[in-house]
Amino acid sequence: MQPLPDATGHFGEFGGRYVPETLMPALLELEEAYRVLSVDPEFQKEFKYYLREYVGRPNPLYYAERLTEELGGAKIYLKREDLNHTGAHKINNTVGQILLARRMGKKRIIAETGAGQHGVATATVTAKFNMECEVYMGEEDMERQALNVFRMRLMGAKVTPVDSGSRTLKDAINASFRDWVTNVRTTYLLIGSVVGAHPYPMIVRDFQSVIGVETREQILEKEGRLPDCVVASVGGGSNSLGMFYPFYDDENVEMVGVEAAGESILSGKHAASLSEGSVGVFHGAKCYLLQEDDGQITPAHSISAGLDYPGVGPEHSYYKASGRASYVSITDDEAVEGFKLLSELEGIIPALESAHAIAHVEKIAPMMDQNAIIAVCLSGRGDKDVGGEMGPPLALGH
Amino acid sequence: MPYICAGDPTPELSQKLLLTLEESGADLIEFGVPFSDPIADGPTIQRASERALAGKISLRQIIDLVREVRRKTEIPIALMSYYNPIFRMGEEEFCRSATEAGVDGVIVPDLPPEEAGTLLASAEQYNLATVFLVSPTSTPERLNAIAAVSSGFTYCVSVTGVTGARDSLSDEIAPMISQLREHTYKPVCVGFGVSTRKQAHEVAQLADGVIVGSAIINVIEQHLDDEAAILSNVREFAGELARGVKEG
Repeated sequence: MQPLPDATGHFGEFGGRYVPETLMPALLELEEAYRVLSVDPEFQKEFKYYLREYVGRPNPLYYAERLTEELGGAKIYLKREDLNHTGAHKINNTVGQILLARRMGKKRIIAETGAGQHGVATATVTAKFNMECEVYMGEEDMERQALNVFRMRLMGAKVTPVDSGSRTLKDAINASFRDWVTNVRTTYLLIGSVVGAHPYPMIVRDFQSVIGVETREQILEKEGRLPDCVVASVGGGSNSLGMFYPFYDDENVEMVGVEAAGESILSGKHAASLSEGSVGVFHGAKCYLLQEDDGQITPAHSISAGLDYPGVGPEHSYYKASGRASYVSITDDEAVEGFKLLSELEGIIPALESAHAIAHVEKIAPMMDQNAIIAVCLSGRGDKDVGGEMGPPLALGH
Repeated sequence: MPYICAGDPTPELSQKLLLTLEESGADLIEFGVPFSDPIADGPTIQRASERALAGKISLRQIIDLVREVRRKTEIPIALMSYYNPIFRMGEEEFCRSATEAGVDGVIVPDLPPEEAGTLLASAEQYNLATVFLVSPTSTPERLNAIAAVSSGFTYCVSVTGVTGARDSLSDEIAPMISQLREHTYKPVCVGFGVSTRKQAHEVAQLADGVIVGSAIINVIEQHLDDEAAILSNVREFAGELARGVKEG
C-alpha cells in the first residue's frame, strides 16, 4: 500500500496543516521527533512495556456467545478496550504521546476532552510521569460527565471549563489550540483523536493501531482466518482507525465505521460528518465536516459526548472517498438499545460510544451467514454513562 | 490599520464604521470575516464574531458590503478570513468576486504557505494581494518562504498567542522585524496585542504599519446598543491611534 499520509501530511486530498504560523514550527518539530522515535527500538520497547505493564495489554478478543445466539447470524467478537486501565482505548495513545513529549523535553501537557475519557487518560499518564496537566472541557460535557471531571482532578489535573460556542468537544479543541498558540515553546498538546493538523492524525493512529494488530493476531489464533467485517464507532475516529488500519491491505475485510445519528439524520441534530457532511477545513485538517453552505461549522449532536463532534479524522475522510471503508449512523435511541442489550446478554456495560457499534451489529449480524465473523471494537466501558442525565432514559426502558 | 469584524454589530453599521475609520486617518482597513471557530483569536474577537454570526452574515454578503462601500471610498480593504469559508466558496470564485467588488487583499490566519498553492494561483490571476503571517516562532527559512509569497505586506504577529489587547508590547517585535527585513523589501506590518496610542507609536518606529483590532472592538462593545456612540467613540479612538502612528 502507499504510505499514508504522504510526505506533506496528506491522505489523498485530506489532512494537511491548516494552522496559524505560530504553530507550524512546533508541528514540524513534533513530526521530526516522531519520525526518529517511531523507528527507534528503545522507544518502541518502552511503549510496549507500558502498554503491557500499565495499561494491561493485550486485552481479550472475546467471543460474545449470547449476543451471537440472540442475533442469530454472524459470530461476534468484542475487542475489549473497556478492560484497559482507565476503561477505554484512549490510554493507548496517551501513553505513547507522553513518552514522546518526555523525549522532546516538554514539561507541560494540555489536552482537550469530550466525554472525558481522553482527559482521564491524559491526567493518568501525567500523574504517572509527574508532569503538569491542564485539560479543556466544554461546560456541557462537564455536566454530563461529572465523574470523569472528578477523576481528572483527583489525579492532579487542572480541568478548565470552556463556555464558548456549543460548550462541547469542538470548543474544547479551540481552547486547547489557543493555549498551545500562547505557550507553544514549553507545552505539548496531547490530542486525543485522529484529528488536527499533521502529524497528529498519523501519530494517534499509530499508537492506536495496537487495537487492530492484536485483533488480527487473536482472530487468526481463534478462528484461523480474518474477520469478514470490523465495526467501530466514529467520533473523531481514533478507536475505529486503530481497529481498521492494520486491516487496510486485507481487502476481504470490510470496514464499517458507525457515526452518531443523534436524534435522527432528518432532524439535523446529529454528528454524522462522514455520512452527511461535506469537505472542508476544520481544526487544522481538510476532512468531512458538518457545515453551513457558507463554511460556518454546525454544532453536532449526540447522546454520547465522545461522538459529539462536527469533524472527523482526515484518514477516515480518505477511506470514505476511496471506498475502502463504509460509514453508517445510529440514533441516540438505537444506541441506548445496544447499551442495554450488551449489558443484559453479556454482562458488559459498554460506553455509549461503543454502544453505537453494537447497535449497528444488531442490524447486520442477523443478515449474515453463521460462519461469518464480525469483530467489534468495544472502545470503552459504560460506567461513566450510568449516572447523570442518562439514568432516567435508561431506567424508563424497564 | 484598524481591524473590525464585518457584521459586528450589524452589516449597516460595519459600512459606516469603514467610512468613519477612513476619516479618522486609517491607511488600510482589515475587514474580518466572522467564523464559528476562530482558533487564532482571543475573547474580544470571538465575541465580535458571535455577534456578527448571530445576524447570519456570510462571506458573500461581506463581499457585497465592500462593493457598496466602494462607491464612497478608495481606502484599501483587506479581508481577513479563516480558510474554510473561502474554501467552501471556491478559491477562484472568492478571488474573482472579491476583486470585482473592490477588495484589495486577503489575509488567512490558518493558511500557511504550504497549503496555499491554489489560493495563491487564483489570487495572482485576479490581482488580489495575499498577506501571510510570520510569528516569533518562525525560523529564518520560514520567514524567507512567507515573505516570498506575501504581496502587499507581510503581517508580523507580535506575540506567541491569540489576538487581544495587552498591557505591554512584546520584546520579540524588534528582532523579528529586523530578521524579516533581511528577506524582504516589502512593507512589514505588526499586529496582535497593540492597543494604545503609545504602543502604536512605538511599533510605528519599527514597522511600516500598525494593526489594531481587539482594542477597537472593545470600544464598539462598550456602546453596543447606541450607534451614534459607537461611531463617535471609534472615530475618537482610531484618530488617537493614527496620531500615535504619525506623530507620537
